[in-house]
Amino acid sequence: MVALARPRGVRFALGALAGATATAAGVALLVVAAWLIAAAAAQPPLTALSVAIVTTRALGVTRGVARYLERVVTHDAALRTLADVRVRVYARLARTEPVHRFRSGDLVTRLVSDTDATQDLLIRGLTPPLAALVTGAGAVAVSTALLVPGGVLLGAGLMLGGVALPLAAAAAGRAPGRQRAAARSALSVSLLDALHGAPDLVAYGAMPAALARVEAADAELTRVERRDAGLLGLGAGASALLAGLTLWGTLLLGVAAVQAGVLTTVPLAVLVLTSLAAFEIVAPLPAAAARLGAVRAAGARLFGVLDTPPAVARRSAVPDVPDAPGLRVRDLRVRYARRDPWALDGVDLDLAPGQRVAVVGPSGSGKSTLADVLFRFRDPDSGSVLLDGVDVTTREPDAVRERITGMPQDPHVFDSTVRENLRLARPGASDHELWGVLRRVRLDGGVRAAGGLDAEVGAHGTTLSGGMRQRLALARALLAGADGDRPPLLVLDEPTAHLDPDTRDAVLDDLLAATAGRSLVLVTHDLTRLDQLDQVVVLVAGRVVQRGTHAELLARPGWYRSAHATSTCSQPHHSEGLPVSGAKGRGR
Amino acid sequence: MRPLDPRLVRSTRAVRVHLVVTAACGLALTGLILAQAWLVARIVAGAGTLGAGTLGAGELAGTVAAVALVAVARAGLATGAETAALRSAARVKSDLRRRLVRHVTASARPPAVGAGELVTLATRGLDALDDYVARYLPQLVLAALVPLAVLAVVARADWVSALVIALTLPLIPLFMALVGWHTQARTRRQWRLLERLGGHFLDVVEGLPTLAVFRRAKAEAALIRKVTDQHRNATMGTLRVAFLSAFVLELLATLAVAIVAVEIGLRLLYGRLDLETALLVLILAPEAYLPLREVGARFHASTEGVAAAERVFAVLESGPAPAAPVPGTLPAGGPEIRFAGVGLTYPGRSEPALAGVDLVLAPGTTTLVTGPSGAGKTSLLALLLRFANPTSGRITVGDRDLEELDADAWRRRIAWVPQHPYLFDASVADNIRLGAPDAPDAAVRRAARLAEAADVVAALPDGYATRLGERGSRLSAGQRQRIALARAFLRVETAEAAGNAPVVLLDEPTAHLDPGHAAAVRAAAARLLIGRTGVVVAHDGGWTEVADEVLELPNPMPGKPRSGREMTATWLS
Repeated sequence: MVALARPRGVRFALGALAGATATAAGVALLVVAAWLIAAAAAQPPLTALSVAIVTTRALGVTRGVARYLERVVTHDAALRTLADVRVRVYARLARTEPVHRFRSGDLVTRLVSDTDATQDLLIRGLTPPLAALVTGAGAVAVSTALLVPGGVLLGAGLMLGGVALPLAAAAAGRAPGRQRAAARSALSVSLLDALHGAPDLVAYGAMPAALARVEAADAELTRVERRDAGLLGLGAGASALLAGLTLWGTLLLGVAAVQAGVLTTVPLAVLVLTSLAAFEIVAPLPAAAARLGAVRAAGARLFGVLDTPPAVARRSAVPDVPDAPGLRVRDLRVRYARRDPWALDGVDLDLAPGQRVAVVGPSGSGKSTLADVLFRFRDPDSGSVLLDGVDVTTREPDAVRERITGMPQDPHVFDSTVRENLRLARPGASDHELWGVLRRVRLDGGVRAAGGLDAEVGAHGTTLSGGMRQRLALARALLAGADGDRPPLLVLDEPTAHLDPDTRDAVLDDLLAATAGRSLVLVTHDLTRLDQLDQVVVLVAGRVVQRGTHAELLARPGWYRSAHATSTCSQPHHSEGLPVSGAKGRGR
Repeated sequence: MRPLDPRLVRSTRAVRVHLVVTAACGLALTGLILAQAWLVARIVAGAGTLGAGTLGAGELAGTVAAVALVAVARAGLATGAETAALRSAARVKSDLRRRLVRHVTASARPPAVGAGELVTLATRGLDALDDYVARYLPQLVLAALVPLAVLAVVARADWVSALVIALTLPLIPLFMALVGWHTQARTRRQWRLLERLGGHFLDVVEGLPTLAVFRRAKAEAALIRKVTDQHRNATMGTLRVAFLSAFVLELLATLAVAIVAVEIGLRLLYGRLDLETALLVLILAPEAYLPLREVGARFHASTEGVAAAERVFAVLESGPAPAAPVPGTLPAGGPEIRFAGVGLTYPGRSEPALAGVDLVLAPGTTTLVTGPSGAGKTSLLALLLRFANPTSGRITVGDRDLEELDADAWRRRIAWVPQHPYLFDASVADNIRLGAPDAPDAAVRRAARLAEAADVVAALPDGYATRLGERGSRLSAGQRQRIALARAFLRVETAEAAGNAPVVLLDEPTAHLDPGHAAAVRAAAARLLIGRTGVVVAHDGGWTEVADEVLELPNPMPGKPRSGREMTATWLS
């Protein structure tokens, strides 16, 4: 992870230098002061001390200034590195499969916080150890010059307190850290259950039991934390013990040296106060070491992304098929892993320009996988997708997306204004165009009420209602590429998902009115309004089981007719062998 | 920014105990710091004048040994203090967490904050208290004790140095307050900007598929750099001010120490001070300033901890205390339920969710409630479940007012299948048993069979013992609905076994389902309603055949339909 900071190496080196200067000035201040006082006790002429007097003040100022510089320089460098890392992670994500790998919002959040963790590492984990190394070496050198055993003792004390102890504490903390994470996630799960499930729990009188589970999880977490406290306490105690014993050893050696006549009072004072002040140098290191484990895990996840190969590859050119306008899908097969069943198992689909087709089927039947292939989010494992006679796998994904656009599943509404969200599809679109497309999806009134094109929509569009969000995404899809000679093929993946029936029908009506005369692939699990489409394709378990117009499919038995019957619910379903619902004797 | 939230001290015993323990440890530590300084000064001063001076060889050896004793004592104290502080932090967190959870689950009404936010607050949010309780508070205590103790000792040894320290020491809190006062407004302003710029990256990564579709994915990389650079500039602006204040404090402290050093050096030179006193003052002077500076350095820990405590107390002080259960005997058998002019306005809302509803639920009949989104269909069920009480009109059960009945006892008669039933990360059997934890396996199986859920369970790897994962994620929406129906069947059976007529409440049972699942759910639901008092809330008209009565709720605000999802979310979140 440190490798990520290499482009900003000079800045980090400057930061480390400033940090070392600050720490060294702090230690030197006490040492010079000790010399000053010890020397003054011998009552030399004032001029002999004036240098030391000036030096103490200079050191005081140096320390403050250097510390300030260190903080500013390292934070600046870390934030610059953060920009580099974010761009790299993003660029890599954009080239790997954007949908399925990071489907879970939780994973995305973790990835983003992993990226941002580099900043923390670089500030706390990089410069303090470097500064400690430089300053520690300096302090040991001074001590050694005064009394060799004293220097050796200080060196050993600093190594133990600054390197061995933090590393040992970090290693010892690893297993409890895992237990802590497990206890914490158990608490989150029970808590989420109690909060999200509150209506069900209260209605069924099970809230006390759920609360008891939360409190048991809390007790377990608290128990683990209290045990960890002992470990951390030991670390703090060992650190204090090392500092104290080093001081004691230095006193012992120093006094012996004075008695042996090797040392006088002045160097003794300097030696003792050096060892007293030197442990300030290693003070920030245990915190840095404790972070090592977390940082290593974050780094592994981050590099997992950075090393992922792209999901779509551009294949070598295949001769174009002339005179084949529209979309032609042949024998398309896709699966997500080598041993998985086929998500799409030999799908054929034809769509003439200006035609509209609905792809329907139960959930998990491969509808969205088909949309992903059309969006060039992933490559077909076999078979071909031809658009106007061109095999889409032989073109850059962005070149294909010029001709195929639309609405991916759960379209994202960005935390910005209505205008910016729309302009995504066509940068530089005029307000006139924007209002025009908003009118077509009947969102103009809503946007005007919300404050016009400059209205902020909030994170994930939270200030908009569900229907408004879908309409905004639809408007965006209609805007894309609409100025070309031929409008691109529209693929809409579940455009009415998460809407209540009222809103769903209204959005669907506006959608169908706005896409009249355009090529459209409508992926949906909803069977309303399909009579207005030219073709309906039924996908079950990755295969096309039925195709035809709404009227044709309704006329013959099969999945479509039975699904349509139950979804428009004219007849309750009867099942054999059990008491049956149906007519209840009394009428209304 | 208050350094210590008084509510935290008042309401949490663990915090009070912690403060006392911390103060005791702080006193002991201060004593040891003073002792060590005195011993070191004595040894260094005494070693050079051995024989001629005041210190004998034996006494010197004893003093050196005392340094080792102080070191061991300090280590022991550090271990104890750190352990105790972290344990207190764990206790305080546990205490607040339990109170928080009890408070928000006391009523079925929604808390003022979203569930996700509450979970974050109860876990990671409270962790901010670790640093606050275990590091900041002890430092605060030390900052109060150490400077005074040092000052007292230095004053006894050398009053001139004590005067210098006493004059410079108050400058540190003074400057801290001045700088803090000046930067606070600025920092607050910056904070929102920072949060927003920081959130941009997450927003973009989440929206990657959308960006890709519009061929904006590559262009966005340049934007990420631009926004991150803006973020850096804004952050550095804030940090520079914070660092500058730290710089001023550090400079103040260091220069004060330098002044003391020079002043005692000069007085030594003229023989007005002995070496031992001078060394003692020199060693102690930085110790007087250090705790105050440390408090400033832990400013972050303090703000985050206080902010976390404030968020907890905001939740704890929000909403009325849960009403004590009213002991009221329920009318036996299957009484008539009557709504007379019932209206409901949720707190904080201006428009009523439900107004002027008159309705009679005759025993053994099914009533279908229809109406556009936002007409109050789900609110009507909330009233029957006692999740809310009517704000006008009254609901009677037999001859008793519903509000007078014990809510828990009343709910034991209700079999409710919500629009989005919540399943728990427990076994299928335990999920079905939610309302009757002691129900035997046979009853669970019977309920599942009646709810058309037996084949769903049979397809699971461990049958009834299969864990369903978080929120029942192992199952599809239709399968979850069938498990919820099994729950309702079991409740109905339990109520009937106790001689009570159950009330069945179904909320949009098939609205979000695949056609295949909808059929099964419809069959099971109809079976559940036969011969029982029931209310079905449904948007589509397909339920008319199972209904004896139909109530159509009018659109509350013509021309501005509210989304039903939004309404549901209001009291289910």
